[in-house]
Amino acid sequence: MYAQMVKSEAADGEQTPEDRAFQARIDRGEKIEPKDWMPEGYRKTLIRQIGQHAHSEIVGQLPEGNWITRAPTLERKQILLAKVQDEAGHGLYLYSAAETLGVSRDELFEKLHSGAMKYSSIFNYPTLTWADMGAIGWLVDGAAIMNQVPLQRTSYGPYSRAMIRICKEESFHQRQGYSIMMKMAGGTPEQKEMAQDALNRFWYPSLMMFGPSDKDSVHSAQSMAWKIKINTNDELRQKFVDETVPQAEYLGLTVPDPDLAWNAGRGHYDFTEPDWTEFFDVLKGNGPCNEERLGARVKAWEDGAWFREGLSAHAEKAAARRLAAE
Amino acid sequence: MPSLPDMATPEAERLAQEAAQPADPHITDVALKPALFDWLCRMGDGALILGHRTSEWCGHGPALEEDIALANTALDLIGHAALWLELAAEVEAQGRTADDLAYLRDAMRFRNPQIVELPNGDIGRTLMREFLYDAWHYEMLLKLRDSSSPRVAEIAAKAGKEVAYQLDRASDLVIRLGDGTEESHARMQAALDHLWPYTGELFTDDAVDEAVAEAGIAPRASELQGPWDATLREVMGEATLTVPDRRADVHLGGKQGRHTEHLGYILAEMQFLQRAYPGAEW
Ligand SMILES: [Fe+2]
Ligand SMILES: [Fe+2]
Repeated sequence: MYAQMVKSEAADGEQTPEDRAFQARIDRGEKIEPKDWMPEGYRKTLIRQIGQHAHSEIVGQLPEGNWITRAPTLERKQILLAKVQDEAGHGLYLYSAAETLGVSRDELFEKLHSGAMKYSSIFNYPTLTWADMGAIGWLVDGAAIMNQVPLQRTSYGPYSRAMIRICKEESFHQRQGYSIMMKMAGGTPEQKEMAQDALNRFWYPSLMMFGPSDKDSVHSAQSMAWKIKINTNDELRQKFVDETVPQAEYLGLTVPDPDLAWNAGRGHYDFTEPDWTEFFDVLKGNGPCNEERLGARVKAWEDGAWFREGLSAHAEKAAARRLAAE
Repeated sequence: MPSLPDMATPEAERLAQEAAQPADPHITDVALKPALFDWLCRMGDGALILGHRTSEWCGHGPALEEDIALANTALDLIGHAALWLELAAEVEAQGRTADDLAYLRDAMRFRNPQIVELPNGDIGRTLMREFLYDAWHYEMLLKLRDSSSPRVAEIAAKAGKEVAYQLDRASDLVIRLGDGTEESHARMQAALDHLWPYTGELFTDDAVDEAVAEAGIAPRASELQGPWDATLREVMGEATLTVPDRRADVHLGGKQGRHTEHLGYILAEMQFLQRAYPGAEW
């Protein structure tokens, strides 16, 4: 998922009558809208979660953007470009959803750039071959869907509506990624090698996308009561593994987990947990591409300052001219 | 071994497609072939290389909306490139595809004007280049709607709508940034000054232009200068920018396959996979 380890504001102290009425609305399945009363903790937690999700969409443009100029055919180039453009669009929807909670896009950018807010750990891994464009669509968009489909039912109206729009496009992305994997896995020996290597490199980072194991995930209970979080990290991770393993088999690729096995008793695959030390390391900024990814965002923002200032200056001049003409 | 339907489908599709195409004797005119092929590559390569350059912005735009708009422009242009190069491949009739033309020709076979291969520079230079090219592209496609080649007219009609939108957008941004802050003004003026000596190539006729004009397929390059100039003066006037007082036709040759140093690097990057893994399917 694109929001990992979002710290939930625990309700501080006694529940007020408003708090109880609010919770009752959520329990009845009502949607909370921007003008409605909401606990400060709900608002803050949502800003963190939606903000982190939005940041993930735009930082997520970079690893795939890395291959747009090297896409191997005109059609693949168009598909990839459209996909990365969609991610920018997702960022836009989500920043807009966050704005309804009283935080501007610029403020959120500032927090991203200063490191005060995070984005998904997955985007700190490099894209080394064309097969990575397949693996990302298949696994990363696939994992995002696992998390975002239930979030279509989240309690906050604007967030839920953004998720509905986004989910449609994400499933398209996943199919496109899988189609690249099909070509690669069924292609020349070198292509097949690239496909397997991409799966090897992206498997565990994809599992990490769901966040730490439930037993170490301290902030879930309040978020789940608020229906900001619908499923636990482990539930979603299991669902992802169960759906993805047969897809890997169909491709003729091997999931890089020697202990992966179907457990008939549980009705699920048993699998090896990702290396959580690596996960926390990447979150802290020590992943292979943290500096490049954040650096690219900061550079785009700083280089664009004169552009944005130019446009606002023109808007002011134009408004003044209109006023003078009246 | 492929199954029977697999073998039959592409053939059936091709036949159906051919049946749907308007009859166009130019496409099979042997005498016209070298000039027409070259001219179609000019249209396709211009769109392809500008689309490629524009796509470099994806994820790095100065604002989210602009990032999306630039990706849109790049997508449109690469879409146009595919149409022109498909037609070029059909005219050539050597069994090559649009992808073969895009990914397996070397720089000296590319026919784009030099202006589109220059590095993006800052967003101001990128937008100024887009405006200068769009204003030409728009006039060209407008004239091509009346082409004696129905196939050319068909592509022009489709691309024309998108380019009209691109020109609107680029003009608007050039005006707003030209007449924005002191810095944005200075950057836009510098962009225009830098790009200016590459614009003349768009209006310089050669034997290829002459041959396709003779056949009624396309206007002469020089015929587009008047309307382009009018658009340029209007937009630069509003943008408070000064049209440079120097020759515009300094850098010529792209249309004939003589390029700047930059194109080789674009192709090295763009063609990498096709070159490194010949014959692989993607
Ligand atoms: Fe997305
Ligand atoms: Fe996606």
